[in-house]
Amino acid sequence: METYYNPADLAKFGSIGEFDKELADKFFTYYGDVFKEGALTAREKSLIALAVAHAIQCPYCIDAYTQDTLEKGCNEEQLMEAVHVAAAIRGGASLVHGVQMMNHAKKVLM
Amino acid sequence: MKSLKAAGHPFSVSTRQLAHLHAGNSDQFSRRLAEIGLSPLKPTQIEIFQINVGKMCNQTCKHCHVDAGPDRKEIMTRETLTQCLEILATHAIPVVDITGGAPEMNPHFRWFVEEAHKLGKHIIDRCNLTILLANPKYHDLPQFLAAHQVEVVSSLPHYTAMRTDRQRGDGVFEKSIRAMQMLNEAGYGQENSGLELNLVYNPTGAILPGPQGELEEDFKRHLYQEHGIRFNKLYVITNMPISRFLDFLVVSGNYEAYMQKLIDAFNPSAAMGVMCRNTLSIGWDGALYDCDFNQMLDIKIKDAPAHLDDFDLDALSQRNIQVDQHCYGCTAGLGSSCGGQVV
Repeated sequence: METYYNPADLAKFGSIGEFDKELADKFFTYYGDVFKEGALTAREKSLIALAVAHAIQCPYCIDAYTQDTLEKGCNEEQLMEAVHVAAAIRGGASLVHGVQMMNHAKKVLM
Repeated sequence: MKSLKAAGHPFSVSTRQLAHLHAGNSDQFSRRLAEIGLSPLKPTQIEIFQINVGKMCNQTCKHCHVDAGPDRKEIMTRETLTQCLEILATHAIPVVDITGGAPEMNPHFRWFVEEAHKLGKHIIDRCNLTILLANPKYHDLPQFLAAHQVEVVSSLPHYTAMRTDRQRGDGVFEKSIRAMQMLNEAGYGQENSGLELNLVYNPTGAILPGPQGELEEDFKRHLYQEHGIRFNKLYVITNMPISRFLDFLVVSGNYEAYMQKLIDAFNPSAAMGVMCRNTLSIGWDGALYDCDFNQMLDIKIKDAPAHLDDFDLDALSQRNIQVDQHCYGCTAGLGSSCGGQVV
């Protein structure tokens, strides 16, 4: 069955260099540097990546960073808490616009 | 849960496992070693005499590379253990590493430990923890082990009950906690006691383990804060794609991805430090192997007599170590050995 997303495509990410090697190389170098141990640990960065993956709903990233966080020693509870952080921000982003709605409603209503 | 052997599973036959590991896999391990100048793989110095005293165990863990369990009856005899002692008495091999199954279930275990201790050897007992509670006759094992300065190395795949029980069986975590408390009470893991309690972490699934240092911090924090337990070191071990773990990989649809992950993570530095270079593995029947994994795949030593009957340390020190596709498990990432990560 054809689908827009194929799990096997994740392993082919590096092949984007076929059409533009220079930019791909720059991206992957940058990507590698971002995830290096720094002021944040590699484990913290991986959990952030997992949360962001859920916020942007990237199925490749969800698979990749579920595996990566587990391999970095995180447990299921920590993974789910990261997902809830993403959900809270996404939900909050909608709800905070409620203030805009209220502002407008209060302006136009008697 | 039955062992693969008792269930008549195809993977209870080592040649079927090897055939699976070879099928569709052109990236030969031996070729990777050759590329980094390590083929043929040679021993450095034989320092560890690792004796598998039997496949009998009170547990049936889902990842067990030995396919051990209560239904396994293979057990090392006193005669074979005597042969081991004779060799240890006449050769400068400092470490005796006793594994199984549950080694303590061998009826000659205590006698063997006493004799090896008299020889001045450093003794390691690969204890599954729950054996201490399995029968009143084992309850005083912590004191016995302490009296003979035995290093205890115990599997605890996770500091949560859910992850541990999923791999090792319902209720194993709770019993393991009690057993570690018994070991602590006997002095194990306590500062300046000289009695080492080291734990073994291996992932509870088709994932590679993380860095040993970080995991050790997690384990120490959780086990002390939640259960008051102290231990010395955490040895991080990668699951080998053989026996029951191979079956799990195949049944769960993770086999191809896991093997590829091991292959992609091949680390030349880890290959330099693999344990088969300083370890000799002895089977319950006295046969000799390069490691416990080769033993379970029935890949015997070549280029030297492969039984205790004709033990020849010089020939063993010159032999070519037998490698196959499962060896990628020891060379992935930070490496893996019975003493944890090697890089």
